[in-house]
Amino acid sequence: MADEAAPVMIDIRGVRKVYPSSAGDVVALNGIDLTVRKGDIYGIIGMSGAGKSTLIRCVNRLDAPTEGSIHIGGQNILTMDQKALLAMRRSVAMIFQQFNLLMQRTVLRNVTFPLEISGLPRARAVARAKELLDIVGLAEKAPAYPAQLSGGQKQRVAIARALATDPQVLLSDEATSALDPMTTQSILALLEDINRRLGITIVIITHEMSVIRQICTRVAIIDNGAIAEEGSVREVFTAPRTAAARRLFRGDREEIPPGARCMRLVFNDTNLHEPVVANMILACGVPVGILSGNMQTVGGQRRGQLLIQLPADAALAEKALAYLRTQDVIVEEVEPLDSGAAG
Amino acid sequence: MTLERLGSLLLSGLWETLYMTCASTAFAYLLGLPLGVLLVVTRRGHILANPALQSGLGVVVNVLRSVPFLILMIAVIPITRFVMGTTIGSGATVMPLVIAAFPYVARTVESSLLEVDYGVIEAAQAMGASRLQIIRKVILPEATPGLVNGAAIATTNILGYSAMAGAIGGGGLGALAINYGYYRYKTDVLLAAIAVLVLLVQCVQHLGTWVACLVDHRLK
Repeated sequence: MADEAAPVMIDIRGVRKVYPSSAGDVVALNGIDLTVRKGDIYGIIGMSGAGKSTLIRCVNRLDAPTEGSIHIGGQNILTMDQKALLAMRRSVAMIFQQFNLLMQRTVLRNVTFPLEISGLPRARAVARAKELLDIVGLAEKAPAYPAQLSGGQKQRVAIARALATDPQVLLSDEATSALDPMTTQSILALLEDINRRLGITIVIITHEMSVIRQICTRVAIIDNGAIAEEGSVREVFTAPRTAAARRLFRGDREEIPPGARCMRLVFNDTNLHEPVVANMILACGVPVGILSGNMQTVGGQRRGQLLIQLPADAALAEKALAYLRTQDVIVEEVEPLDSGAAG
Repeated sequence: MTLERLGSLLLSGLWETLYMTCASTAFAYLLGLPLGVLLVVTRRGHILANPALQSGLGVVVNVLRSVPFLILMIAVIPITRFVMGTTIGSGATVMPLVIAAFPYVARTVESSLLEVDYGVIEAAQAMGASRLQIIRKVILPEATPGLVNGAAIATTNILGYSAMAGAIGGGGLGALAINYGYYRYKTDVLLAAIAVLVLLVQCVQHLGTWVACLVDHRLK
């Protein structure tokens, strides 16, 4: 995991992207500031259309920002000439939702492709490709064609291909969104392994909270073309500060009974085993209903949450709340789901 | 007419037809393949986006394609005389055939290349491939099965056009059918020439389909 003192790998400042259209300009990105440090697995999450794909495509200049600056490893990539741009792209690899393998090339020749275009002699390219296929666990598929592979295998080939040129950064654009949950787990584990073993900085674009929770060290929530919230995954998950962040968590949340006053209690590793609710009932003599409870692993730490319903009597409810606030847990009020509002 | 005479007429006609078709197809691809590539890569949002050039090329192709072949053959006689030195015979027919066929070839190539998923092109861009590398190593190889299929169709079309060229002094099986079958009422020659043409088209088409299948690795 990267620490705060690690050198800055990607520095995005004031990036705007405007698509002119006949119906007026469409602002896809509206002043993005973002810092990714070396060794980070940086997650960028947002709803469809929030601008996250546009943002990651600006990082390797598949799209050019309208305004702002992007530095990778200290170099301004927006002012680079064509030759420097092509060289930069060799150190910033990318994987995609649809894998984008060359269908008329074998698995081996897909992996040698980036080496071929960078002018490496064929024999060395083949040796390197075999090494990489070994890393992703597909050595025996070298002579197969992509059409003969499963989705997860295709993404493994795409990862091997992305690693061929020894990149410093790996951009992942919804790389697990076309895969089933089991395969997603194995691809995420592979990415984490690559980050740890090879020290490659990874930027992940996703709309799935579970992806962020499972492997990211930091997260930025993008909403309407702007960063709504940014921080370590643990921070943001435990105490989301913005409506956009809470809206993304809504998928994790149960419906609450209409008219009820509900609270969410969030526990961490140290107080997970405290019988906080039982103690409260004993101490205050206030009965509460438990609506739901779960436990997840976030950024390597366990995090539990309980959804409780306070009694209808306001005085009793306040008594219970007053007690809970003295305890070492996060207590927050849960607003009812506003029905029909699209996230 | 003796069978031997008919046989030798058909053989020389077949040879001329093959010569005209192969030479014309080769030259038509020499012009049409790069043009087809340009028609694709100059599209809006593509790797060499140039919408003005794209629509300009499109207009040229459409104009050439809308001229009926018989008219085109006559219209290009001065060019044919200038380039080939003569306007009759199989060699001279190659000129109008190429002019008629290359815009068609360009469109065939264009539609094959458009079948290549743009995501793959973006992946190559993201790997630092230059535009020329993307054309040579991504777009053309990925489109190979479609290109082969298109080539078979283009070849059979050119074969048909070459037969039409028999009407104004070209050679080959078409000329044989017109000169003997039509002008001299020798129906047997006419039918034999048609039979050979049908066989030829069948062979080319089957060969094309077979090769296209052989080089396509998306299905197996």
